[in-house]
Amino acid sequence: MAETLIWLVAVPLAGAVAALLLPRQSTPIVSVTAVAASLVAGTLLYAVSEQGRLSYEIGGWSAGLGISLRADGLSALLLMMTALVALATSVYAAAYFNKAADRARFWPLWLLLWTSLNALLLSGDLFNLYVTLELLGLSAVALASLGGKTAAVQAALRYLLVGLLGSMMFLAGVSLIYAGYGTLDLSTLAGVVAAEPVAWTALALMTAGLLLKTALFPLHFWLPPAHASAPAPVSAVLSALVVKAAFYLVLRLWLDVFADLVTPAAANVLGILGAGAIIWGSWRALRTERLKVLAAYSTVAQLGYLFLFFPLLQALPPGPARDSAVGGLVILALTHGFAKAGLFLAIGIIQQRCGHDNIRELDGTAQRLPATTFAIALGGVALIGLPPSGAFLGKWQLIAASFATGQWLWILVTIAGSLLAAAYVFRVLGHAFGHQPYPQRPVTMAREEWPALILTAMAVLGLGLAGAPVWDLMEIGA
Amino acid sequence: MLTAHWLYVMTGCLIVALGLRTALLHTLLLHRLIGINVMGAGVFLVLITVAYRGPGLAPDPVPHALVLTGIVVAVSATALALALARRLTAEQDHG
Amino acid sequence: MNFDTALPLLVVASSLLPGLVIFFLREDSHRLRTLLNLAGAGVKVVLVGVMIWGVFHQHSYQTSWSLAPGLELVLHADTLSVLFVSLSTVLWLVTTVYAIGYLEKSPHRSRFFGFFSLCVSATIGLALAGNLFTFVIFYELLTLATYPLVAHRGTPEALRGARIYLAYTLGGGALLLVGAVWLQVIAGPTAFIEGGVLSQLPAEYHGQLKVIFLLLMIGLGVKAALVPLHGWLPQAMVAPAPVSALLHAVAVVKAGAFGIVRVVYDVYGVNFTSELGLLAGLGIAAAITIVYGSMKALSQDNLKKRLAYSTVSQVSYIALGTAILGPVGTIGGIVHLVHQGIMKITLFFAAGNYAETLGIHKVSEMNGVGQRMPATTLAFSIAALGMIGIPPVAGFISKWYLGLGAIEAGVAGWVMPVLIISSLLNAAYFLPVLYRAWFCQPGPAWPAEHIPAARYETAGALLWPPVVTAGLALAAGLFAAAPYSPLEWADLIARREYGL
Repeated sequence: MAETLIWLVAVPLAGAVAALLLPRQSTPIVSVTAVAASLVAGTLLYAVSEQGRLSYEIGGWSAGLGISLRADGLSALLLMMTALVALATSVYAAAYFNKAADRARFWPLWLLLWTSLNALLLSGDLFNLYVTLELLGLSAVALASLGGKTAAVQAALRYLLVGLLGSMMFLAGVSLIYAGYGTLDLSTLAGVVAAEPVAWTALALMTAGLLLKTALFPLHFWLPPAHASAPAPVSAVLSALVVKAAFYLVLRLWLDVFADLVTPAAANVLGILGAGAIIWGSWRALRTERLKVLAAYSTVAQLGYLFLFFPLLQALPPGPARDSAVGGLVILALTHGFAKAGLFLAIGIIQQRCGHDNIRELDGTAQRLPATTFAIALGGVALIGLPPSGAFLGKWQLIAASFATGQWLWILVTIAGSLLAAAYVFRVLGHAFGHQPYPQRPVTMAREEWPALILTAMAVLGLGLAGAPVWDLMEIGA
Repeated sequence: MLTAHWLYVMTGCLIVALGLRTALLHTLLLHRLIGINVMGAGVFLVLITVAYRGPGLAPDPVPHALVLTGIVVAVSATALALALARRLTAEQDHG
Repeated sequence: MNFDTALPLLVVASSLLPGLVIFFLREDSHRLRTLLNLAGAGVKVVLVGVMIWGVFHQHSYQTSWSLAPGLELVLHADTLSVLFVSLSTVLWLVTTVYAIGYLEKSPHRSRFFGFFSLCVSATIGLALAGNLFTFVIFYELLTLATYPLVAHRGTPEALRGARIYLAYTLGGGALLLVGAVWLQVIAGPTAFIEGGVLSQLPAEYHGQLKVIFLLLMIGLGVKAALVPLHGWLPQAMVAPAPVSALLHAVAVVKAGAFGIVRVVYDVYGVNFTSELGLLAGLGIAAAITIVYGSMKALSQDNLKKRLAYSTVSQVSYIALGTAILGPVGTIGGIVHLVHQGIMKITLFFAAGNYAETLGIHKVSEMNGVGQRMPATTLAFSIAALGMIGIPPVAGFISKWYLGLGAIEAGVAGWVMPVLIISSLLNAAYFLPVLYRAWFCQPGPAWPAEHIPAARYETAGALLWPPVVTAGLALAAGLFAAAPYSPLEWADLIARREYGL
């Protein structure tokens, strides 16, 4: 079962190389690879839930010299989300790019992105994390620049520079860790690291770099242009998965490896920045005229919710209350991943139909594409955090943890954020009611609408109603 | 020996700081890119210094491997940035 | 999973599944849509009948499903939930028939009936909720399901009304959520148990419990249209008549009132609420709403708006009954939940008939309509008399019990004047309408005669529902002492709540 770990990296990589070498057969290659990778991810999730943590040493070299891959509950869940989102988006992308030349350029980069995501989520040491982080950034930038127009290339270039800056700061932190402790392996470090200047500086540098990459307010400036000008499938994956990967790293470092170093003050800094992200991101989403910019700012806001958990987790002693809160954090992240991906796909359908994504001129298109509009509605419900979405459960845990620790401010921010999200979601949905005739068949563009519907349904119904296993899986720690 | 060790590490940190300053404060793309590369050079210097284990002992190979990987990554990233910059200039000339 | 654990879920599913299928139907498949709607309603009536019999004989029907640690979705049939479920079921059946007739040639019927079914499912789920967590979930689902119904026509007014509705209900929902989470953090999972569980908490929590009560009441009060949270209700009148009928009689407003009853009786316990001094506050809010709503109704010429303010006023009788300590007052409040529903839906059906058949939207246009549409106007009159509190229509029974309960609880000093003033005001805004309808001569022509006079005064699907519900209102009053009547059932609930 531990071999699934290396298969998870090898399958998409092999697919990427094959798609590069055989451009004319690239679409079938990608289909096979996507399904295979998803099956492996599912196997891994099952294996982790049955056997607990898994680890695999590449080439048989022991930890310290070799690269080790590790999987626990958190990484298995994120890997499954990655697989499902990437699979659905691949189906969508096959129809979105109608020119074969576009597809041939797209597929190798796409699979490379998937490879780097898997590798990042499985990495067991700090330097491998750096390498996969860079790989992720480079493939994401290349995909984002496929939009072609000047705005897209400019946004991609800014994204690249910001990403490089972030990675370099992360690397600086990694080198300090090695200088101080002589090891880079995550589980060894967790036992060895102590509250001293070397560790603090290293953690600060790594966190700063990661916050740049996860677009936490006020370092979010690069995200809206990049996500808004990229092609729809790319935006979906950028918002749903790529920024989540950087967040996953912050989570790992702060909750697992450097847990003893985290002070209430530091956690509060993250919480306050998260609060700023929620308010500012939701406000900008409300004020914008374009759907894609709205979705991008919504990502900024939703990531803020995830950071609100940090001061709460810091204040809660280990026990059932803390476990519930951690599970709430994870289910919130998973729900956002599915919902945002589905939302971007639906917006892409609208953009293809009428050539633009202006909210004011949405009327006719929204009413002629009921399935797409319904996908947007489902995604919106998950973003607001209304039941039965998984986000509702996450918000409940967030508010419960706030009451349990007496940190009331976060409740106000959460409620304000939800109401603002309701405002910008229903502003869009209002255009679905009008005087255009209802089409005879609700689903008109099957290959593109079904992935959007399924992804958002996962967020709203799948995680909302069947989300209890998330908490069980999170018990399987690293 | 310890003093030389720390001197190298401090120099590395200084180089990182200088590179960071350029990357943040300059507006020209090429300057920022060079700044990031300089940051990388500083980090590599720190890593190589850390490899020293004492007189007569073989140095720690792990940081060497890290530096080599890091150089490759930095070069690829710089190449991508330059390619994008060229595309951008081409777009702006045509548009 | 045996029948006992499946029944609550089946009752919800009997409207949910047809609704989901209807979404995917082609716009022009009328017969299939009608068949699905009526079949679902029929199945639900049968299942609810079984449920009523079972709960009366102390069977336990409960479905539960764990969503997260400590957060369990529980559907549980007890006496109070069965009351609300049966009201919703019967009125849904009647409203479905009415809606089919009303929306005869309207566009987007698949979407309408889909969300219509979702709305009823959410109401049933709310009624069957076995703990506060489940209640909050279905409360928000109800908001989501009703928004498309209010916005259905797609006109700027409809969208504006829907936006206001959303602003109020989502705001209220947020407060309800915060209160519910807080309560769960202090007291653990709050299941609905007759008599409440919170009285066992130590005294240092009492301050927090009072604040939580306030949050819950505001959150529930938005849907229950307690003054000053009622602003959305008159705005939501832009919806088609079947929607107004459903929202005002069955779904949204009742959900808020039902929630208030649940929180006071089954979460806090009525004695504990009284000890904390909270019943008085609730009573005052109810009293203000009753009088204010009636006063605003006087000044409305638009018939639906007049009925809307009447709803604002009448639903607060339920809150008033809850605020009167003692079984008699409790009975008055709870039985009014059913009576007001039946009477109000009759009024809205009639109003819809006037609009659809003759283009009448204002009271001033109603002169002589009794001659042209006698059956509708008779139904309207019966319901209006019930609202005023004139026997033998059901409304009299509710007011009688409220008055008696107030005297027994020793609060007659301020409750009786409220009851008397509001009855007088009800008379003041209903009797002139009846006078116009029956005793005035009609004008030269009706505003817009869409349905010409034929063998029956209007289309069958529009005519029979108000006649049936008016009959029910009369029957609920005349046969109040019969077994399984709303009054007997309310008596059962009160006895179980007070442990008698």
